[in-house]
Amino acid sequence: MAQAIPAGTKWWSGGKSPFNVEYGKLMMWYFLMSDSFTFGAFLISYGSIRFATNGWPDPNEVFKAFPFVPESVHLPLVFVSLMTFILIMSSVTMVLAVAAGHNNDRKKVAFYMVLTIIGGLMFLSCQAWEWTHLHGEGAWWGRNPFANADGSKASTNFTNFFFTITGFHGFHVFSGVVINIIMLIKTLRGDFDKRGHYLMIEKAGLYWHFVDLVWVFVFTCFYLL
Amino acid sequence: MSTVETTSPSHDNAHTTFDAKPIWRTFWILLGITVVEITLATIHLKTGFPGKYVLNGIYLILTCAKAFYIIAEFMHLRHEIKNMIMTIAIPALIFVWFIIAFLWDGSSYNALRNRYDEHYRDANKVKVAPPSEPTDKEHGSKEQ
Repeated sequence: MAQAIPAGTKWWSGGKSPFNVEYGKLMMWYFLMSDSFTFGAFLISYGSIRFATNGWPDPNEVFKAFPFVPESVHLPLVFVSLMTFILIMSSVTMVLAVAAGHNNDRKKVAFYMVLTIIGGLMFLSCQAWEWTHLHGEGAWWGRNPFANADGSKASTNFTNFFFTITGFHGFHVFSGVVINIIMLIKTLRGDFDKRGHYLMIEKAGLYWHFVDLVWVFVFTCFYLL
Repeated sequence: MSTVETTSPSHDNAHTTFDAKPIWRTFWILLGITVVEITLATIHLKTGFPGKYVLNGIYLILTCAKAFYIIAEFMHLRHEIKNMIMTIAIPALIFVWFIIAFLWDGSSYNALRNRYDEHYRDANKVKVAPPSEPTDKEHGSKEQ
């Protein structure tokens, strides 16, 4: 949008948005910022507890299973890479939906929204499988069957933080899917055509990318570090 | 919000920034960074070569790079005006100090406990049986 604005515009002299964005979009940005502080607080508490502990389980020893592969085959990082790929891919289809919205192309928006929703559901299924698998191994809130990397006994902090933070993230993915389904229905009903613009898709898109963004950090904090 | 002007909402010609090419370029960058991270992790598992601390540093830099691309391109923040970028970026950057401060505090607490609390220090020296042996596993789960 920047090219449409003359240089030397006095943004703060009143009569226009000093941020040059529409109200709803700005509020979505601020909501996401506050949400990032919530996630940040979770990850900070995870980090400071981990820094304040002598031993910690090795993620490559914990997250090494893959659906339909026997337990004896160790595949560290493979499943979570698949989940990451799914989420990045659904982020791409979301941007493509937003781009189609800019051209007021209802069919394309609907098509890409469907793909995004499928991506979200695939991610949720992966997470459901991973949780079920870990639960089957005896891990849950308050229960940690995994020893520290150095062989000493681990506290339950590891599982507590893992389930809380990935659970909170998964809940965000779930809400994102619900929001996207509502947007899809509104698109198909032609609500945005009547309104003349597809800015709602853009706001839903911001939320969806935020979910992807948080996953980038969760991925690093729990699976890599 | 019809009283407040913005250059957006609908049908001017300003939307060329949303064409498909940069989107796919960003996708390939994100995918590439993730592949690099996983490759490094796999090499580390096999050979132990990049030391764990070096590796963690690399991970953090790559994570920040990914976050930058998602925010700048997918969330389109790079194409907003400077006021808008700053109202998001400055609080986020100040938050980085918050993270550093807490981690620092955590590690200091751990160091103090290791120095002054013998029980805490020695608790870490007791090894538990590896869970891979089936007999021990059964025994261990009964104890818990």
